[in-house]
Amino acid sequence: MAISTPERTARRAVADLGRPTGRTFKERAFMWLLLVGTLISLLVLAVLIIDILRDGLGRLNLSLLTDYTSRFPEETGVRAGLTGTLSLMVLTPSMAFPLGVAAAVYLEEFASDNRWTRLLEANISNLAAVPSVVYGLLGAGVFVYLLADFTGGRSLLTGSVTLALLILPVIIVASREALRSVPRAIRDAGLALGATPLQVTARQTLPAALPGIMTGTILSVSRAIGETAPILVAGAVFSRRADNELWHPFEAYTALPIQIYDFVIRPQPEFAEAAAAAIILLMAILMVLNSAAIVLRNRYSRRW
Amino acid sequence: MRMKLRSMLLLLAALTLFATACGGAEPSASEEAPAPEEADTEEADTDAGDTEDDDASAEAGDEGTEEPTGADDGDGETVSGSIEIDGSSTVGPLTDAIAEEYAAVQPDVIVNLGISGSGGGFERFCGTGDTDISNASRPIADDEVELCEENGIDFTEVRVGTDALTMVVNPETEFVDCLTTDEIVSIWGPDGVSNWSEVRDDFPDTPLEVFAPGTDSGTYDFFNETILEPSDIEAPRQDFNASEDDNIIAQGIIGTQGAWGYFGFAYFQENPETLKALAYDAGEGCVEPSIETAQDDSYKLTRPLFIYLKNESLAKPEVADFATFYLENVNSVIQDVGYIAAPDDRIAESQATVEDAIAEFGG
Repeated sequence: MAISTPERTARRAVADLGRPTGRTFKERAFMWLLLVGTLISLLVLAVLIIDILRDGLGRLNLSLLTDYTSRFPEETGVRAGLTGTLSLMVLTPSMAFPLGVAAAVYLEEFASDNRWTRLLEANISNLAAVPSVVYGLLGAGVFVYLLADFTGGRSLLTGSVTLALLILPVIIVASREALRSVPRAIRDAGLALGATPLQVTARQTLPAALPGIMTGTILSVSRAIGETAPILVAGAVFSRRADNELWHPFEAYTALPIQIYDFVIRPQPEFAEAAAAAIILLMAILMVLNSAAIVLRNRYSRRW
Repeated sequence: MRMKLRSMLLLLAALTLFATACGGAEPSASEEAPAPEEADTEEADTDAGDTEDDDASAEAGDEGTEEPTGADDGDGETVSGSIEIDGSSTVGPLTDAIAEEYAAVQPDVIVNLGISGSGGGFERFCGTGDTDISNASRPIADDEVELCEENGIDFTEVRVGTDALTMVVNPETEFVDCLTTDEIVSIWGPDGVSNWSEVRDDFPDTPLEVFAPGTDSGTYDFFNETILEPSDIEAPRQDFNASEDDNIIAQGIIGTQGAWGYFGFAYFQENPETLKALAYDAGEGCVEPSIETAQDDSYKLTRPLFIYLKNESLAKPEVADFATFYLENVNSVIQDVGYIAAPDDRIAESQATVEDAIAEFGG
C-alpha cells in the first residue's frame, strides 16, 4: 500500500484546499476558481444528459432501431440513419487513416526541415480549424458535381470522402504528435543495427506510435459522425426508407444527426421524444468509440 | 512489444468487424430487404403478371376518387428503382408521408427525399436536372421556368394541397383577436411598431415582440407578398426574432408576453392551448384560420402546395406510379402532417393532369 510520491503530493494539495497552511489567499482563491470551473462544465454536461435521458429513455426501444421514419411520432424510427452512420463510421476512417498516417510519417520521419515543409505544416494545422460546413461546400462542389462520374453524385461515397477530408488534418496532427513521442534512441538503435530508414519506420517507430495514432483517429471519427452540416450540404437526403450498406457506396444516404434534425423541426411534440431517443442512440455510439480510444491509450501506450 | 502490437491489431480488426456486422446485420433485423436495383425501365414492363402486391395496391386504389386507367402502370404491378425528390420544407413532410405509404405497397422503390427549400429544389430540378420531382410551396418563378427551358427540362405542375398561414400571439394577449391588413403592415412593415397601443388605439400599453420564419423560408416570402406587396412595401422590419425552425418560433411566442408571430397551420394545431390564433380581416370581416375557412377560400392567408414532375422522368414506371399514387392518397394523409386538403375537384383536376402527362410522356 505504498503511495507514490506524486499521488501523495496531490492528496495533500486537495486537503490543503480549505486550510490556511501558509498559502496566500490568492493561491487558494485560484484553486477554488479552477474547481468551480470544472464543476460548472460537469454540471452543464449532467443537465444535458439528464434532460435528454428524461425525454428520450421512454421512447428508446428496439423498433426505433428497426423501423424507418413515419409521420406518426410513436411509430417512427431511425433505421435508415443508423445504417448510414454505421457505414460512414467504417468508410470514413478507411480512407482518412491510411492517407493521414502516410502524410504524418512523411512529415515527421522523412521530410527535411525547410521552408516548404513548414508551410505545409502550418497549412495542415489551419485546415484542422476550418469550420465543418466549409468541407461540406467542398464536398458539394467537387464530389457531388465535378466528380459525379466517380462518386455517384449524392452518394454514401461522397459523404464518406467529405467526412474523410474533414478529419484528415486532425489525424495528421495526432499522428505526428504520436510519432514525435517515440524517443530518438529507438530510431538511432535501429539505424545503428543496419536497418534502413524505411525499415526503422515500418518496424519500430510506427508500431510504437500506433496507439496514439489510433486514439486520434477514433476521436476524430466520433467527431465526424456527429456532424450534420457537412453531409447535409454534401447531398445527404432527409428521408429514405432503405438501408445504407458498405457494399453499395453509390446509393443515396442519410445519417443519424440528419434524422434527429428532421424530428426536431416537426410540429408534433411527440417527435421531440423520438429526437431525444435518437440522441441517446448517437451518444451511445460516440461513447463506445470514445471508450475504445481510452482503452487503447491506457492499455497500449508506453512511457519511455 | 510484438505481442502487444498483435493484440492491438486484433482489437482493431474486431472493432471494424463489429461495425461492419452492425451495418450488415441491420437489414436482416426485419424482413429481408431486397437489394435495391437501379432504375430499370424494361423490367417493370415484363413482370406485369406478378401479383404479389395486388392486395396492398388495390386497397390504396380504393381510397382514391378515380382509378388510374390510361397509364400502363396499373395496380398490381411491381416496380423498382429510386425516385429523387427535393424542395420545399413545407411540402417535404407531405411527400414523405406519401413515400411512407408507398413503401408499404412498392417496397422495391426507394424514395430519396431532400429538403432544400422551394428555391433550392428548383435549382436542382431545372439546373442540374437530377431530381424527378420538386416540392414547392409556391408556383415556379419566371426565372426558374427560364432555367428549365435553357436546360431542356419540361415539367408538369400538380397541386396537392393547401397550407394556411396562421398568425399567433401569446394567450395572455387577451385584447387582440383579429387584425386587418393595415394593422399587420404596422406590425410587420419596415417601421414596425414595438407597442400594441400603436397598432390600434384601444389596445393597451403592452410591448410587442415579433417572432417569424427566417428570410430563406418560403413562408416569409409568402407573407411579404400577401401582406406587404399590395401596399408597395418591399421589405419587412429587420428587428424580429428569426428562426428556420417553427418550433423555436412557437416556443418564443409561448414564453414572451405580447409576442406576435406567424407560421404554418400545423404548428398552431399542435399547440392550441398554449398559443392563440388570430383571425385575419382582409376587408370582408374577421375570418378565423381553420380547415373549413381555408377550404372554402374565405381565409385569405392560404397558399397552394405543389409538386412538379419532370416529364422525362414519367417514362420511368416508378415515377409515374408514384405520382399516380400520390394523388390517390394525398387527401387521406394530409391532415396527419397538419396541412389542409385541396378540394376534391381540385385533386381530380390534378389527377387528370398527371394522367395526361403520363399518357404523353410515359414509357
